Amino acid sequence: MLARLRTVLTGRVAVIGVPYLWLLLFFLLPFLIVARISVSDMENVSFKDLISFKDGVLLVSLKFSGYQFIASDSLYISAYLRSVQYAAATTLLCLFIGYPFAYFMARARHSAQPALLMLVMLPFWTSFLLRVYAWKGLLSEGGWVETAIVGLGLDRLLYAVELIEAPGRLMHTPFSLVLGMTYTYLPFMILPLYATLAKMDLRLLEAASDLGATAWVAFWKITVPLSKAGIIAGSMLVFIPCVGEFVIPELLGGPRTLMIGRVMWDEFFSNNDWPMASSVAVVMVLLIIVPLAIFNKYQAEAQEVRK
Amino acid sequence: MNAAVVNRWFGRSWLAAGFVFLYLPIVALVLYSFNDSPIPNVWRGFTLKWYAALPNDSEMLGGLWLSLKIAFMTACGSVVLGTLAAFTLVKYKRFKGRTLFSGMVNAPLVMPEVVVGLSLLLMLVSVQRATQEAFGWGFPERGMMTIWLGHMLLGMAYATVVIQARLHDLNPQLEESAMDLGARPHQVFYLITLPMIAQSMLSAWLLTFTLSLDDVVLSAFLNGPGATTMPLVIFSRARLGLNPSVNAVATIIVVIVAIGVLVASYLIARAERQRTLEMAAANRA
Repeated sequence: MLARLRTVLTGRVAVIGVPYLWLLLFFLLPFLIVARISVSDMENVSFKDLISFKDGVLLVSLKFSGYQFIASDSLYISAYLRSVQYAAATTLLCLFIGYPFAYFMARARHSAQPALLMLVMLPFWTSFLLRVYAWKGLLSEGGWVETAIVGLGLDRLLYAVELIEAPGRLMHTPFSLVLGMTYTYLPFMILPLYATLAKMDLRLLEAASDLGATAWVAFWKITVPLSKAGIIAGSMLVFIPCVGEFVIPELLGGPRTLMIGRVMWDEFFSNNDWPMASSVAVVMVLLIIVPLAIFNKYQAEAQEVRK
Repeated sequence: MNAAVVNRWFGRSWLAAGFVFLYLPIVALVLYSFNDSPIPNVWRGFTLKWYAALPNDSEMLGGLWLSLKIAFMTACGSVVLGTLAAFTLVKYKRFKGRTLFSGMVNAPLVMPEVVVGLSLLLMLVSVQRATQEAFGWGFPERGMMTIWLGHMLLGMAYATVVIQARLHDLNPQLEESAMDLGARPHQVFYLITLPMIAQSMLSAWLLTFTLSLDDVVLSAFLNGPGATTMPLVIFSRARLGLNPSVNAVATIIVVIVAIGVLVASYLIARAERQRTLEMAAANRA
């Protein structure tokens, strides 16, 4: 009996301990190091401790110069703002395309739904990098999408709303960037929306129509509110990664679309300024904490409902 | 025409347009890999020369081989860690620090990859400096192992989500009855739990394998001299402009992935059918 208890205990300790230790060591600790470097001097990076004893007095040297610099330099502020702005635009566009898509998918014939779901997920399995690269071809001169847009004269419209710099030039503009991000993250919007819409009790709509609501009114008063959890989950799943996106702006963006991921990258790789790069990273994390908290709250609620 | 018909056709066209949007880039990628023109986007007839050139492209081949090795190790490691983490989250409802644990498990999923890459790199560099001072040689060297470490961090999070979902749906009575019949905890795990979550472990393995094979940002931070993965090669070429060799590699990857996913989903569907049949037979008996 005692031996059995012991095996249970050690087994339990190992099961919890291994992933716990792994995460503490390779996720939390590195992040704490970044937080510390962000408040240190360049010289201090070689890990003379920030906390030191001198003549028996505890000295803590924190330098907030990196953060002051971020707050005072318009380069950083505008890069943060742009990141949030492009991420928000992408989220709205994904919602606009994805909501009807998920809706019609959930209302399609039952036998067809697994296949449709599979078709949405399949691109996710093929390389994301290569699919983004493909847009480079589609949008540059002579590409299929470029030809179609210019042929229809839509480039003038895009130019009028300042999404592109000159008519006929689609690449390396806010337009190509947002299109690429929308393309990449659309499945992340569709899947949670589909999950909530497929679960919906359709009798509610019948009841609404019996009570005299038109299909349109029933849609706005019943379907949309009931899919709120899916809308929020999908929006956060698109918004959060878009803020820190690096690869898509590199391949599809241009000089006007400098986003915060790239700014941090440059601080680290080009300027070799570790404290500055760390400060930018810390602010970036702070930026996504609020949407993250919203996401977690709704996720927890959804799990409560499932039980 | 009545409203229902209009609605149906509107729905179908929206779905069709959505799928065109999702698949157009892949189709273009594949098609232009057969284009006999050094200027991309100008069709000049069919060729296989970009494929013929691949075996001599040592940079790309070296990257592919390294990426496959890392992806294989990442998938295996992530599934082991992810199974443990999922088990912890589902089975052990209370232990010290559970909130921190569940927070940390999911955090890599939403953390910007540049932040994860930067923090891991800064830690590795400081460890390396410390060991350099202490023993005279810096450890760990940046290269395959450090990329593997970074990919596992991300892969574990994904594997945990996939396996956790399956563990949640399991009937705990099966494990309890095995316990009652005298099975020891490790026997319960190997004989009851493992076979039932094996499918989700396979999906997690495939998912983390493809994620690792695709990663640019973490690899860019954690690579060392001579450790250039295939996505890094593709990324540096794609940054400069359109490159037919990238299209050829892309086509090969698309074909392999498509076959892999189709075979896997066929096998899963068959296993599912088999199980339903067995369940029905058991119930009848």
